[in-house]
Amino acid sequence: MAATALDIEKNPKFQELVATRKTLGWTLSAAMLAIYFGFILLVAFNKDLGNLLGIPLAAGSVTTVGIVVGLFVIVSAFVLTGIYVLRANARYDELTRQIVEESK
Amino acid sequence: MSRIKSLFSGASVTGAALVALASPAFADAIAGGGEKQATNWTAIGMFAVFIVFTLGITYWAAKRTRSAAQFYTAGGGITGFQNGLAIAGDYMSAASFLGISGLVYTSGFDGLIYSVGWLVGWPIVTFLIAEPLRNLGKFTFADVASFRFQQTPIRVMAACGTLVTVAFYLIAQMVGAGSLIKLLFGLDYTYAVIIVGVLMIVYVTFGGMVATTWVQIIKACLLLAGATFMAFMVLAKFGFSPEALFAKATEVHPKKLAIMQPGSLISSPLSAISLGLALMFGTAGLPHILMRFFTVSDAKAARKSVFYATGFIGYFYILTFIIGFGAIVLVSTDPAYLDAGLLAKGKTAIEAIRGTSNMAAIDLAGAVGGDIFLGFISAVAFATILAVVSGLTLAGASAISHDLYATVFKNGKANEQDEIRVSKIATIVLGVVAVVLGIVFEKQNVAFMVGLAFSIAASCNFPVLLMSMMWRGMTTRGAVYGGFFGLTSALVGVIFSPAVWEVTLGHAKGSAAFQISNPALFSMTIAFFGIWLFSKLDRSARAKADMAGFDAQYVRSQTGIGASGASAH
Repeated sequence: MAATALDIEKNPKFQELVATRKTLGWTLSAAMLAIYFGFILLVAFNKDLGNLLGIPLAAGSVTTVGIVVGLFVIVSAFVLTGIYVLRANARYDELTRQIVEESK
Repeated sequence: MSRIKSLFSGASVTGAALVALASPAFADAIAGGGEKQATNWTAIGMFAVFIVFTLGITYWAAKRTRSAAQFYTAGGGITGFQNGLAIAGDYMSAASFLGISGLVYTSGFDGLIYSVGWLVGWPIVTFLIAEPLRNLGKFTFADVASFRFQQTPIRVMAACGTLVTVAFYLIAQMVGAGSLIKLLFGLDYTYAVIIVGVLMIVYVTFGGMVATTWVQIIKACLLLAGATFMAFMVLAKFGFSPEALFAKATEVHPKKLAIMQPGSLISSPLSAISLGLALMFGTAGLPHILMRFFTVSDAKAARKSVFYATGFIGYFYILTFIIGFGAIVLVSTDPAYLDAGLLAKGKTAIEAIRGTSNMAAIDLAGAVGGDIFLGFISAVAFATILAVVSGLTLAGASAISHDLYATVFKNGKANEQDEIRVSKIATIVLGVVAVVLGIVFEKQNVAFMVGLAFSIAASCNFPVLLMSMMWRGMTTRGAVYGGFFGLTSALVGVIFSPAVWEVTLGHAKGSAAFQISNPALFSMTIAFFGIWLFSKLDRSARAKADMAGFDAQYVRSQTGIGASGASAH
C-alpha cells in the first residue's frame, strides 16, 4: 500500500530534502534581495556617498564603478540561479527519487 | 519628491522631458510618440514572412490541440530549454527592447537600473516558486493557490487577480503596439491594433499553448540574434573594447561623463524600494509567466527552464545596454536620424532623434546593418508584441474557462470539450475587448498600466500563491481577504498616485494622496498581513480542513508524488 503523506513526512530523507532545500532557497533569496536592494540604495544615496558609483575604475578611464556594480547584479542573478540548479540537480533529484521509490 | 512623481508619468508627448522618459512603465509601453512614417515595405515583407511561418506552425499545432491539457499547457511536452526560451520570449517585450535601449540612449547608466529591476525577480521564482508550482498545478496558478482550500472563493479571487493583471498589461501592449507599428511600418494605428488582435486570436484559439509557445520561442531567437548582431557590430567598431565605446559616447553625449553614473532616476529611497519590490515580486506573480511552468514535464524541467530564461534575459539586458551606447555614438551623430526642426529649436542631438528615443535601437539597426537589417529589426519588434499579447490572452482565457467556468460555475464537472470551447470563446472576447480598448485608449497615457499590472501581481497573486505553498496556517478566509486587500490597495494606491491622479486625470500637481511612484511596499504588506490576520482569526470548520490539507499538499509540492505529469501525445 502506498505511504500516506504523514508517513512520507516522517521519512528522514524527506526531512533532509525539505530542510536543505529550504535553507538553500531562502539563503539564495536573501542574497539576491540584499544584492538588488543594496544596489538600489547605493544608487539612491549615491550623492551622499560622494558619487561612489561615478568613480572611474582606473585613472583616466571613463568606465565607472557603477557600470561594474550594475553588471555584477545582472551576473549574480544568473550565478545564484545556477548555484541552486546545480545543487538541486546533484542532490535533490536523487533524494526525491529515493523518497518516491520508498513510498510506493 | 517632484522628480519621483514623474517616475511613473511616462508622458506621451514627443520630445518629453528626460525624466518622463525614464518612467519604468514607459519602458514597457511605448506610449504615443512620433508621427506616422512612410510605409516601410522591407519591414512589412519580413513581417509577412514571420506571419506566414507562425500561421503554418499554428496549423500544425491546431491538429495536435485536442485535449484541455494540450490547449492550456501543450500537454506538458515542452523541454526545459524550449520553455526557457519561451519564458524569455514571453517576458522580453518590444518595449523593454526599445524602451530600455532608448533610456540608455538618453540617460546612460540609469537604463541599467531598469534592466536590473526587470531581471532580479527570476532567481526568486527559481528558489521559491518554480518547483512546488509545477508539482501542485495543472493548468493555472489558481490550481496551486486553491489546492487545499474551498474552491469557489479562491478561484474567483485568483481569476480576478489574473484578469485585472492581464487586462492592464494587455491594454498597455495594444496601445504600445499601435504606436510602434505606426512608427515602424507606416500603418494606420487602428489597422495596426486590429492586425495584432486578429493574429493573437488566431494563434491562441487554433493553436493554444503549443502555437503560443512556438511563437514565443521563434520571437526570442529572432530578438536575441538581432540584438546580438547589433551589439557585435557596435563593439567591432571599437575593437571590442567597451571602454573605447564608453569614451566615445561620453565625448558626443551632451551630458558627458554624467551618463556613466546615476542620474535623476532615483532620488527617494522609499519610492525606489517600493518600485523594486513591485518589479521583483510582480514577476513572480504574473499569471502568463506562471502558466508557462505547467508546459514542462516535471519540477526538474521547470527549474531548468527558469535558469535558461534568467540567462537569456540577463544577456539580453546587457545587449540593450551596449545597443543604447552604440546609438549614442552612431545615431545621435548622424543627421539622417535627427529631426532638423528640433535641432533648430536648440534641442541636443540626443533629444532631436526622430520618433522619440524609442527609435534609438531601430535607427542603430539601420546604421550598422543597412535598410534590410532595419526592416528585420522592425519586424522582430512587431513579432515581439504578438508573442507577449498571445501569452497574456491565453492566461486570461484560461482563468475564465478553467477557474471560473469549469471549477466555479460547473463545480469541477465540466465536459472537457465544453471547457476548451469556453476558453476559445473567452480568447475571442478578450481579443475583441483588447482591440476596442486599444483604440479607445489611443490618445490616453497608459504608461502607468504596466506598473499597475506588476503591483497587482506582486500584491495579490504572489502573496496568496507563496503563502498557500509555504504556510500551513493559511485558511480560505485568510487567502481571500488578504488577496482582495492586496488587489484593492494596489489599485487605490495607483489611482491616487501622481502618475494617474495628476498626470492622467489632470488634477493639480501635488494633490495626489499618495506621493509615491508605486504602492507595492504598502499593498504587499497589507496583503501578507491580511492573510496572516484573517487566517489566525478564522475558527471555522473550513479553516481546520484547510490546515489539515497541508501535509498532503506539502509532500506533493516537495516530491511531485501525485503531480500531473506530461500527458499522452
